[in-house]
Amino acid sequence: MSLQTGAGGDIRSGATDGRPLTPGVDTSHRAILYLDSVSVSFEGFRALNKLSLTVDDGELRCVIGPNGAGKTTMMDVITGKTRPDEGTAFFGQTIDLTRLNEPEIAHAGIGRKFQKPTVFEQHTVFENLELAMKADKRVRPTLFARLNSSERDRILRTLELIHLVPDAKRPAGLLSHGQKQWLEIGMLLMQEPRLLLLDEPVAGMTDEETMRSAELFLALAGEYTLVVVEHDMDFVAKIADRVTVLHEGRVLAEGSMHQVQQHEQVIEVFLGR
Amino acid sequence: MDAVRFDDVPAQRSTANGAAPGKVAAVTVSEPATKPRRMLLAEAVASLPRTALYGLAAFVLLVVFPVGNLLMPADSALHVSDYAVTLGGKIMCYAIVALAMDLIWGYTGILSLGHGLFFALGGYAMGMYLMRSIGTEGVYHSELPDFMVFLDWKAYPWYWRYTEHFWYAALLVVLVPGLLACVFGYFAFRSRIKGVYFSIITQALTYAAMLLFFRNDTGFGGNNGFTDFKRILGYPITAPSTRIVLFCVTAVTLLAGIAVCRVLVASKLGRVLTAIRDAESRVMFSGYNPVHFKLFVWTLSAIMCGIAGALYVPQVGIINPGEMSPANSIEIAIWTAVGGRGTLVGPVFGAAAVNLGKSWFTQALPEYWLYALGLVFVVVTLYLPRGIAGLWARR
Repeated sequence: MSLQTGAGGDIRSGATDGRPLTPGVDTSHRAILYLDSVSVSFEGFRALNKLSLTVDDGELRCVIGPNGAGKTTMMDVITGKTRPDEGTAFFGQTIDLTRLNEPEIAHAGIGRKFQKPTVFEQHTVFENLELAMKADKRVRPTLFARLNSSERDRILRTLELIHLVPDAKRPAGLLSHGQKQWLEIGMLLMQEPRLLLLDEPVAGMTDEETMRSAELFLALAGEYTLVVVEHDMDFVAKIADRVTVLHEGRVLAEGSMHQVQQHEQVIEVFLGR
Repeated sequence: MDAVRFDDVPAQRSTANGAAPGKVAAVTVSEPATKPRRMLLAEAVASLPRTALYGLAAFVLLVVFPVGNLLMPADSALHVSDYAVTLGGKIMCYAIVALAMDLIWGYTGILSLGHGLFFALGGYAMGMYLMRSIGTEGVYHSELPDFMVFLDWKAYPWYWRYTEHFWYAALLVVLVPGLLACVFGYFAFRSRIKGVYFSIITQALTYAAMLLFFRNDTGFGGNNGFTDFKRILGYPITAPSTRIVLFCVTAVTLLAGIAVCRVLVASKLGRVLTAIRDAESRVMFSGYNPVHFKLFVWTLSAIMCGIAGALYVPQVGIINPGEMSPANSIEIAIWTAVGGRGTLVGPVFGAAAVNLGKSWFTQALPEYWLYALGLVFVVVTLYLPRGIAGLWARR
C-alpha cells in the first residue's frame, strides 16, 4: 500500500481558475477543518443549525445521523456548493472555504466523493484518472497537456490500489456499482488532496468489497484526513477513530463508537422516542 | 452492536441492487466474441486510413470540381455544372456550421438554438465589404449603397468605417461573432444557465437580432439585406473562375476545420469537454472551472459559424435577416443530429444530406419540405440516436 502521492507539504492551495499556487494548508494547530456555528436554510427548512465541528489532520472521522440530519449539506458547505447563511468554514488556519468556488476548493486540497458514484461514464477508467490527476487545469495547459512517464506511473499505481488494472481500458460506465465507487475514490487520490470527504463510500458494495474498502481507508488515514458519512454501522465501527453524530443540523454527540453508542440522546433519537 | 441502527436497512437494499448490475456488466462486456462481419460499402470506406479519406475528399473538391466545371465541355460526362458548384459551396458552408454545432452540442452537451445568428453576423460583415465594392454602379450611381440613398442618408454610419478594406471586413467576420459569443457566454455560463434554458435564451437572442436587423434604421438594408454584389477583391463575383476559387477556399476551410476539431477533441481538453457533458459536477470537484472551458469552445464555435457565413454570402449573393430566424438555427441542430452528434464527420454528412434533400424537395414538392424535415428528425431521434455516423460506427 505504498502511496507516493502528495503527503507532506507540497499540497498547493489558494488556487484560482484551476491554477495551482504555492502556499500549503496550515495545520500547525493540528486541526485541518474548522466549522464554526454554520447555518444553512432552504426556504425555511434549517438544514444546518449552528453546526460546529473540528477535524484533526490525519484523522479518520465518521459522521452518522438519520436522514435529513444535514450530512450532505455539511459536505456541500465544505466543498463550496452551498454558501452558509452564517458561520465560518476554514481549511487549515488560513483558507476561508466560504470565499472559494468548487474548483478552487478542489485545488486547495479537498476531494469529494458523491453519494451516487459520479465518474465520467463515456471515458475509460484510465482517462478518468488522467482527468482527475493534479495538474494545471486551466484551458490552455489542458489543451496542450501530454502525459509523461511519471504521470503514467502514478495512474498505474492508483489503478493497482483500487484494483482496476484489468479494467483500465474499459469505459467507466461498464463498471459495477462498487467498482465505480472505487474509481471515484481513485480519482480523488489523483487530485493529491489533504482532506477526503466520502459520502456513503461503501453503499452498493459486496461484503468483500466493503472489507477491502475498510482496509484501504485505514491505510489512507494518517497520510490523508478522511471524513466518512456512512449508514453501515458495522463498517463505521470497523474504521472510525471518532464518530460525530448529527441530528437536525447540529452535533448531537461526538466520541468513540463505544461512547456514542452509550449516549442517552443518541439512543433516543435513533431508537425512536 | 444493535444499539445504534437507524437506516442501515436501505443501505443493505442498495447493496443487493448494486451487486447485481455489476455481475451482469462483467458477463456482457467480456472480450467481444468473434462475430461474422459482412463488409458493407460504408464499412469499407470507414476502414480506410483517415488520411486517405482526407486525400480523397481534397482531390474531389479541389481537382474534380474545378476541372470539371472550368475545363470539361458541357456535354462531357465529367462536366460539373455551375449549379452544382454553387450548391456544393453552399453545403460546405453549412457543413462548417454543423461542425461548430457539434463541438458545442455533441461534445460539450450545450444545445444552442442561436447559431444562425453567428453565421449571419459573419455574413453581414463580409456583406458590408461587398456592398462597398459595388462602388457607384448601383441603381442610383451613388457612393452609398442603394438602400442608404433610398433612406436619404448622406454618409455612412460610423460602424461602416473602414469596411471598404477587405482585411478589416475579414477581421470583423471573426471579431463580431466571437465577441458577442464571449460576452453572452460569460454571463450565461457564469450564472450556470444550462440545458433547455440555455437553448431558449439563445433562440431569443437570434430572434431579437433578427428584429433589429429588419429595421431600416439599423443601417443594414432592412428586410432586403445586402444583395447585387458586383466584385470581390476586384474580381467579378459571378465569373466562373471567381466562383471556383470561392468554392476551393470553402473546401480548404472545411477540411482545415475538421482537422482543427479533431486535434481539439483528441486532446485532454476534448476529454474535459465530454466530461462536462456527462458529469459537470465531477468536473468542478476535480478542479476544472467549467465556465472557462465552455466559454472557450462556445466562442470558437461562434467564430467558425462567422467564417462560414462570410464564405456563404459571396457564393449565394445575398444576406438578409431571414438567416437569423429561429427556424434556421433549429435546422442547424437537425443537421447535426441527423449526421451524428459527437462524431466529426457525421455532422458534415448530415448537413450535406439534409440540404441535398432540401434542394430536391423544394423543387419537386415545395409545400412538403418542412413535413419531410420534421419526419427525418423524428425518425433519426427514434431509430438512429447516433445519426448517420452511428450506422457504421464500430460499437
